[in-house]
Amino acid sequence: MCGIAGLFSKSSSFEERLGDHLSDMLIQMADRGPDSAGVAFYRNPAPTGSSKVTLFSPDEGYDWDLVAGELSGAFGGSNAPEIRASHAVIVVQTDADDAGRWVIDNHPELRVMSAGQAIEIYKEKGDPREFVERFGLRELSATHALGHTRMATESIVTTEHSHPFSTGLDLCLVHNGSLCNHNRLREELRREGITIQTDNDSEVAAAYLTWKMREGASLTEALESALDDLDGFFTFAVGTADGFAVLRDPIACKPAVMSESDDWVAMASEYRAIAVLPGAEDARVWEPDPGQVYIWEKEKV
Amino acid sequence: MGIAEQTVEVVDLSETPIRELNQRLHDAADGGPQNWRITHPNGLHAIGAGINAPLEIDIDGHVGYYCVGMNKEANVRIHGSAGVGLAENIMSGTVIVDGDTSQSAAATGRGGLLVVRGNAAARCGISMKGVNIVVEGNVGHLSAFMAQKGALVVCGDAGEALGDSIYETHIYVRGSVAELGADCIEKDFKEFHTAELTGLLAEAGVDADPGDFKRYGSARKLYNFNIDNADAY
Amino acid sequence: MTNEPTPGAGMRESALFDRNVIHEIQRKAREGIYDIRGFGAKRKVPHFDDLLLLGASVSRYPLEGYRERCNTAVTLGTRYAKNPIELEIPITIAGMSFGALSAQAKEALGRGATAVGTSTTTGDGGMTEEERGHSEKLVYQLLPSRYGMNPDDLRRADAIEVVIGQGAKPGGGGMLLGQKISDRVAEMRDLPKGIDQRSSCRHPDWTGPDDLEIKIGELREITDWRVPIYVKIAASRPYFDVALAVKSGADVVVLDGMEGGTAATQDVFIEHVGIPILSAIPEAVDSLKELGMHRKVQLVVSGGIRTGADVAKALALGADAVSIGVAAMIALGDNAPEYQEEYEKLGSGAGYYDDWHEGRDPAGISTQDEELGKRFNAELGGRRLANYLRAMVLETQTLARACGKSDVRNLEPEDLVALTIEAAAMARVPLAGTKWIPGLNGNTE
Repeated sequence: MCGIAGLFSKSSSFEERLGDHLSDMLIQMADRGPDSAGVAFYRNPAPTGSSKVTLFSPDEGYDWDLVAGELSGAFGGSNAPEIRASHAVIVVQTDADDAGRWVIDNHPELRVMSAGQAIEIYKEKGDPREFVERFGLRELSATHALGHTRMATESIVTTEHSHPFSTGLDLCLVHNGSLCNHNRLREELRREGITIQTDNDSEVAAAYLTWKMREGASLTEALESALDDLDGFFTFAVGTADGFAVLRDPIACKPAVMSESDDWVAMASEYRAIAVLPGAEDARVWEPDPGQVYIWEKEKV
Repeated sequence: MGIAEQTVEVVDLSETPIRELNQRLHDAADGGPQNWRITHPNGLHAIGAGINAPLEIDIDGHVGYYCVGMNKEANVRIHGSAGVGLAENIMSGTVIVDGDTSQSAAATGRGGLLVVRGNAAARCGISMKGVNIVVEGNVGHLSAFMAQKGALVVCGDAGEALGDSIYETHIYVRGSVAELGADCIEKDFKEFHTAELTGLLAEAGVDADPGDFKRYGSARKLYNFNIDNADAY
Repeated sequence: MTNEPTPGAGMRESALFDRNVIHEIQRKAREGIYDIRGFGAKRKVPHFDDLLLLGASVSRYPLEGYRERCNTAVTLGTRYAKNPIELEIPITIAGMSFGALSAQAKEALGRGATAVGTSTTTGDGGMTEEERGHSEKLVYQLLPSRYGMNPDDLRRADAIEVVIGQGAKPGGGGMLLGQKISDRVAEMRDLPKGIDQRSSCRHPDWTGPDDLEIKIGELREITDWRVPIYVKIAASRPYFDVALAVKSGADVVVLDGMEGGTAATQDVFIEHVGIPILSAIPEAVDSLKELGMHRKVQLVVSGGIRTGADVAKALALGADAVSIGVAAMIALGDNAPEYQEEYEKLGSGAGYYDDWHEGRDPAGISTQDEELGKRFNAELGGRRLANYLRAMVLETQTLARACGKSDVRNLEPEDLVALTIEAAAMARVPLAGTKWIPGLNGNTE
């Protein structure tokens, strides 16, 4: 089981401190998720024609400059990697699919945590409080972000098994709950050509959404189908390039709280993660209805 | 009552550990401050759980799970919203919430009164065993699920599966009911029910006309197993 | 049942459709409902009988009986509680409700347990004065139903046991049929008299270990952190479940195998859900060791514990203590041959009687009928239980001493071998005379 958090900025001044505030939220969720932590930040969009990949290596002394150099060689440009603990974000002068595929083909020792225009996924096993420090999350600015703290139920505690899971460009999912038909779904989704790397039930949920959207569904439609096709208990928070979505299963045993102020929209498993946000005392607080898709998106300019 | 009895003990939860607050509240049963104001609850859990005395308590802000769980005798006012399991298993006393509550409010409660000025979420009064609950707003799905005794009054609307598998709890709803649960049916008002509803609305300080409410309760078809009702199990 | 026809030549019974199966199919055809009964799983599953202890020989030396001590005491709940529970013997009495059992039977359990320095546990009906009065150490269960739950009993309990499941019915809730919902039971459970109690299988105010952690926090606050909190789970996915119980803050984990008994549930539930305790203990111990919590969060196991041999083997596999339910009822007199005539009138027999849900128990144990209940002498019952427990402990010590142990909890998996391949694989001990543990190694090491 787990803690999840989502934070969406409504003002540019809040964007600058978003990492700091999400870190505070994550720490409030450490008790219900002591095994590992992960975040997806949406920030610094890559210029048109380029994209970003976030890569993970278990090797502490990994030579990220070398990989960045090779990517420049393959696609042009010269972008230094932005390194955070065991992860590195590299801007690549091609679209995200090609960038991701290149890494998988040429550096199988690396794991692609995320790919897209704006998304950066960092996740690691260990205490969420340490995670925040190791990855320097407090200094990050972002338009929106999701966070997750994990108490592993049936799959093991590793970096790869941590949330958020990304199975599509700029798309990620965090999950509190437990699915019970994920094994059959995993087989079906793999047959459909979706890459699923672990035996974790949450990754199957992410893959399901990716598949549905690949087949033409909007995020809302994909989430609504999830209510029929995914069996189990869940509160999902889904991140996209433009915002985030929240969905609770119809039985709704797992918690979810939402809140909105002039500066932000937030979502968390427990209110105390929202209480740490500036202006929380005066913010509107409510509980999302079960079986109902909620979406917040940046206005398109 | 002299001035001394009116003094209010103020505890700021952003400075005082919750364990200390709860210990002092428990110790107050043996003599100690009877009036309390708790500030900056900030969503902390189990605030005031297990109180055992007719204390008067005000909580300024939003509380987490199981606030005043298993309350005995205390009168509590929460000036904010509440998390899961507010006043769960309440034995006696009164709890009033200005805002909303999350699920399982007054779950398995055995006495006393819970008043929710805002909305209660799913499973309000689940398995209730004697508590009375008055909600000015709406209640979510599976409210009064397997409810055994006591009364649930809803001035707003009720969600799906209201009173599913209900025993002898009385349910009164003024607004719409999305769906009645297994063995829960609409029933006529007898004098007793009108008196009960009127009394509860008054006790809760709610200005509403009992005549606007409908009554729901057990059809009692699931009390002993019958093969014809197998679908409902 | 009691009349075994002599098959004539050429008469063959089907292994799949034997007389019991035929009887049950035709009963379903008449009544349209599943079979409900008490007792535990009756079919044979790999169990402690399939394990043997390696007594001392030339490389290991035994301890003398009596003179050379063999400690049996165990402390449960050392992780967080101010007042952990000190037991003189590593055998406790499992949760059984007043309602399922008569008040006299509950009193007897309390008397017997107290006489030997161990604990009893309440059940799905709440705490009775008889039990609290007669049990020196009483564990109070918090079940999905919350029948009778109140903070005063919570505070006068010696430990609290959050019940997520029991071995007889992992995923099921409590069940008590109308004939056992007497005035007193109805009042305690806030139910109308004579109805069939329906069950909820999930707790009303939390689901999942992350929220259980918060619930346990509440229970500790209510009791000022004085008493240990146990979490009871049915053996199903013990490797994960034990880890989650630890992460949610349990002081003690109680693990109940599929053999575990019940007063009433569907026969299909009893026989077909859950795993044998033999296969569950090694997973549970692995999980505790990986978290660095073995012996720090104590493990109590139950499900078909009958003799000191079962106790010794469970401890050898890594449990800190065991719990008995069915065995305790039998010690009190359930299924005794002296009731044979009465059992026959009920369509059963001594050694077969499992219709505990009907409340017509001639022994006065699993009944709410006043007249039947009076037949059961609580004092005598208490003495019988105490005798049984003492004898089991002596057996456990005998076996432990034979293995050279001065403390029964020094028994370890290396003291065990298995008689069958299944038991070897499940208990993760070698097949006797070989080094082979199926699934872990080949025979050539």
